[in-house]
Amino acid sequence: MTTTPAHPRETGSALGHSVPRKDAAEKLRGRVRYVGDTDVPGMLHGKVLRSEIPAGRIRSIDATAAEAMPGVRCVLVGTDLLDIDPYYGHAIRDRPIIAIDRVRFAGEPVAVVAAETEEQAEAAVRAIRVEYEPTADVDLDAAIAADAPLVHDEPARGGAFHGLGNLPERMGNVCYRYELEWGDIDAAFAAADVVVEGTYDFGSAYQYSMETHACIAQVEGDEITMWANCQHPFLVRAEMAAVFGVPLGNVRIIVPFLGGGFGSKSYTRLEPLTIAVARKAGRPVRVVNRVDEAILTSRQHGARIHLRTAARSDGTLLARQAICLFDTGAYADNGPRVVATAGDSAPGPYRWEAATVVADCVYTNTSPAGSYRAFGAVQQQWAGELQVDEIARRIGMDPLEIRRKNLLRPGEDIRPGGKPLDADLVGDIEKVAANLGWGSAREEWVGRGLSVGVLAAGAHPVSCATVRLEADGHVTVNCGTTEVGQGARTVMPQIAAEVLGLSVDVVRMGGTDTRFTPYDRSTGASRSTTVAGLAVQRAAEDLRRQLEEIGGGEADPADYRALMQEHFGFTGGELIGRADVHPEGSGSYAEGPVFWEVCVAAAEVEVDPDTGVVRARRTATCADVGRAINPAFVERQDEGATMQGLGTGLFEEVLFEGGRLATETLLDYRVPTTLDVPAEMSCVIVENADGPGPFGAKGCGEGALAAVAGAMATALADAGVPMNQMPLTPERVWRRIQMRNDADPEV
Amino acid sequence: MLIETTVNGVPRTLEVEPHELLLDVLRDRLGLTGAKRSCDVQVCGTCTVLIDGKPVSACTTLAHEARGRSVLTIEGLAELPSFARLEETFSRHLALQCGYCTPGMALTVTSLLEAGELSDDEEVVRHALSGNVCRCTGYRAIIDAVRELAR
Repeated sequence: MTTTPAHPRETGSALGHSVPRKDAAEKLRGRVRYVGDTDVPGMLHGKVLRSEIPAGRIRSIDATAAEAMPGVRCVLVGTDLLDIDPYYGHAIRDRPIIAIDRVRFAGEPVAVVAAETEEQAEAAVRAIRVEYEPTADVDLDAAIAADAPLVHDEPARGGAFHGLGNLPERMGNVCYRYELEWGDIDAAFAAADVVVEGTYDFGSAYQYSMETHACIAQVEGDEITMWANCQHPFLVRAEMAAVFGVPLGNVRIIVPFLGGGFGSKSYTRLEPLTIAVARKAGRPVRVVNRVDEAILTSRQHGARIHLRTAARSDGTLLARQAICLFDTGAYADNGPRVVATAGDSAPGPYRWEAATVVADCVYTNTSPAGSYRAFGAVQQQWAGELQVDEIARRIGMDPLEIRRKNLLRPGEDIRPGGKPLDADLVGDIEKVAANLGWGSAREEWVGRGLSVGVLAAGAHPVSCATVRLEADGHVTVNCGTTEVGQGARTVMPQIAAEVLGLSVDVVRMGGTDTRFTPYDRSTGASRSTTVAGLAVQRAAEDLRRQLEEIGGGEADPADYRALMQEHFGFTGGELIGRADVHPEGSGSYAEGPVFWEVCVAAAEVEVDPDTGVVRARRTATCADVGRAINPAFVERQDEGATMQGLGTGLFEEVLFEGGRLATETLLDYRVPTTLDVPAEMSCVIVENADGPGPFGAKGCGEGALAAVAGAMATALADAGVPMNQMPLTPERVWRRIQMRNDADPEV
Repeated sequence: MLIETTVNGVPRTLEVEPHELLLDVLRDRLGLTGAKRSCDVQVCGTCTVLIDGKPVSACTTLAHEARGRSVLTIEGLAELPSFARLEETFSRHLALQCGYCTPGMALTVTSLLEAGELSDDEEVVRHALSGNVCRCTGYRAIIDAVRELAR
């Protein structure tokens, strides 16, 4: 234990510096134990048998041979779940822990083996015999056809955490619809000089957090303990308490470091299945997904967007109409929220006289789609921005000029009844355009594009935190935000250190244990710094007030230890500051969001007309963060999102063939490497102190994904290859170039 | 089959199955969990260890291939005095976030630096690191850190 007398900060602020990561050494030295590195005494290994068919009835499961194999402790099947209400789903409670009677996608868990070793469990999985009676499966087209087979025919039940008000009854395979409407759309289109219309297909990407889903569950009586790599442990805890019929406090989730998340570990994943098999086994069980299983567990929504945009010949944007179909797969998962967010992003942040949006969340017989960084915005923005550029092209206006003319200003409504725009979008787009050298000459087959949008961010604003001052003057921040890589365990200490006037070196933050760590809604929607950080700021202020009370006035950080000694009469005791963040209004989705995250980028791409290969040469993004608590972390968020946006825009795509996953490994599903990094990748940090978080901060890290994916498309269109399918794969681009050449051989 | 190998400088005699993967032996039997499992197909590089100084993907290397050879994992590398410079440089550049790819990245870079296969040249560094996926950082900071290390 250190014996330094006091730890006041030497000079200046704890904010605005690129403080090194507090976890750098343990990560670099390989000492971090992720869930898959963790052993629990007596632990068995679980392996999952997955459905081979996309839709059908289960006639029989014969596990007798598997159960008799060496090392096998038990085999969990659907009939083991009849003593509980075995359905979960935070938006719609539509998903059984494992298949019961019927399967709805190829890859759906049908049985789980628990055995002494992974190898024994794998062998036993292969020995289980399942007899299916296949039924017709539906993809997006088939699902919306009249008289389509229903993926779900049971009555719809709302989940606990969709946050979207009363969910409507299903309409066929449409499990959720989000609608927006303002102004007189017919009049606006009638008044237009230019109308652009098109249908845009967006493929589904996969988050690929390098650490796949992993969970260890231990069930002792009605006490459930888990080590799980979940982004939202408190929401998972509540869902598991409801499913297994135990009080909230009986479910304990311990969350160490996560090896990335990007939304793939949002909400409930392997936890119910692992608890169920551990319950049957009577021993702890660990289940870890392979990459193909991770893809089948969570992926991005594919979408089809039909879009119309109306404008005057002077470049005034008048109206936009969007009809959007989102393929959520066999279970709703986070689909309703993805669709609502997409609906908010669909018009784009322009001053429309009228707009209508109808966005549907559609069940299909494919693996469930959930959250992936910038969900909702990424599916919409590229299509909307392509149409803005097409209008500019037709009337002979510069793409930067048409945006400058029509973008909303701070305080204007994004949608009626919601939070007004809280960012300077014109300033942001001008900065990225300048960084790209907008307007300078470019070569043939090279294009430049802009991309602007907004993303409803922050989710539901509920976070609690405590800040604990020890007798030696060291401080621990307790806050339930998960360290997924974003740097929360460094940024939260920076915030507390700033309030307390201490050095960041003496403030620490550990992982989450739901038994002891204060409640936090979730780690996603760019909310950690903004919402959890605000709770930490307030808790640190509460602690400072206590110190001031003890000292009868100002509390000098150099005197903290002496004040504690005086208060407790010996070198011991502790002071705990506590605070929470809760909605200022009703907290409804309609009133939200907590803030609008900006999605602003510019890009320069080159296309090889002989191969269709598109390369991003330069990208510029804008992190409009209100206040950068740690500027290097902000840059890293934007750079990571840039590469994911580049991958989403250019080549990442989950494909199904005959209802089965075709892209099962990283050989088929390519992710960006160092060779894909643009030669120039710039990030401008904008600090207008206009965020609702601590010190005027607001979140970042998602917007760049949607923006960069969009800028790939607008830049490629500028190079002469407008595309209505994303990703912009070489084959699609090459075919588009051939079509163009066939139509006009002179081009 | 019985094999003799050296792991992080310590001679080991191990009974391994002919089909057993080096990654499983390191992680499950020797408790060396710094080598991570991810893609299983030698694409992502997060399971990288050094055999006789050369980077290999432990997910697709049979344990018996380490017979009579010397295996270095991140746990061993971190004990070497030369590690301090890499650690400091990666930390200062913020060339890591979630940390899952970081041990494999550190081993690849160390091996290539010692073999003299890296330089300050951007293209050289990009090609050298193309077998190590990082999903968090966007690579820019990693490339910059490695260029500095190669100077």
